[in-house]
Amino acid sequence: MQDLDSSEASPEPPDLLNLFTGFLTISLIGFGGVLPWIRWLAVDRRKWMGPKEFSELLALCQFLPGGNIMNLAVIIGHRSRGPIGSVVSLTGLMVAPCTLVVGLGWLYTRYADYPGVADVLKGLGAAAAGLVIAMALRLLAGIGKEPVPLLFVAAGFVAVGLLRLPLVPTMLVLAPLSIAYSWTRVA
Amino acid sequence: MNDRDPLISLAVEFFIISFVAFGGLNAMLPEMHRQAVDVYGWMSDAEFRNLFALAQAAPGPNAMIVTLIGWHVAGIPGALVSTLTVLIPSSTLAYVVSGTWQRFSEARWRKAIQAGLIPVTVGLVCSSALIITSTIGENWRLLAITAATTLIVMRTKLHPLIALGCAGLLGYVGLL
Repeated sequence: MQDLDSSEASPEPPDLLNLFTGFLTISLIGFGGVLPWIRWLAVDRRKWMGPKEFSELLALCQFLPGGNIMNLAVIIGHRSRGPIGSVVSLTGLMVAPCTLVVGLGWLYTRYADYPGVADVLKGLGAAAAGLVIAMALRLLAGIGKEPVPLLFVAAGFVAVGLLRLPLVPTMLVLAPLSIAYSWTRVA
Repeated sequence: MNDRDPLISLAVEFFIISFVAFGGLNAMLPEMHRQAVDVYGWMSDAEFRNLFALAQAAPGPNAMIVTLIGWHVAGIPGALVSTLTVLIPSSTLAYVVSGTWQRFSEARWRKAIQAGLIPVTVGLVCSSALIITSTIGENWRLLAITAATTLIVMRTKLHPLIALGCAGLLGYVGLL
């Protein structure tokens, strides 16, 4: 509630240790969606920045390629402590999940032949597919009912999903066309 | 193409993916699958599905599938190479652009690019959904789990991990 008075520059930018532990914490508690946790940490809990600055940074990260969360770590680190801040934040975010997932991978190859393990993974894989479908449907609902954007959704789906064409050439064709159409629509 | 060092192949493929990963890495799953299964033959459909399942069950950002593909192909060096090559290009870009963002955040070209990329990336995420689901094969019980998870995530406020946990449990007790 006291966010309003500190909407621009944060009183004191976090130091390197703060950045590292902050992103490390987020990476471990953020199962299935790290974004709300970053906001909680950066804005509410540690008050690194105001809600307005956070929204602006998020908009930037959604504009750029790459994972939003990774980009946020880079930019928050950069604004606080320069290039080293970026490296430290990104390292804090990645080191634990990467170690953990490699550990899981190791267990998987080691015990893949045990019937129980293979069966658990089958169930997990099926549910994981459901998560991706749900995400796709939610994004699809966000497109709305305008025919031209829907046409570009369909073209991407047919090319990459059904025809399994390579991604880069597909994007080189579709993205400029879709951007050109948007150009005529935005003020 | 297949006789070069797999570390170099991993680096090249993820380097390219990093630059076009608009909409995040979940939009890149079809390309990762195409490269790993079809182009390089690093793994089968079932192995890709298993690695994706592990990545989803682990905490952290959704780059974990990248780490796991690298690990599967070339062990710890592979995990490091693929994770770093998918991170460095987009992170460098974010670093460079963040200083100038305020100058162009309201620009028309910026809005046009962002608005124009959205439908394309949504098409890609829909492709991800199709391709991940198609790795399940024609097993109606597993497809029922997929459908149930979709419904649970869309219609309830239950945490997705609960759905994953239940599905894993059903598998463990031999129902799938």
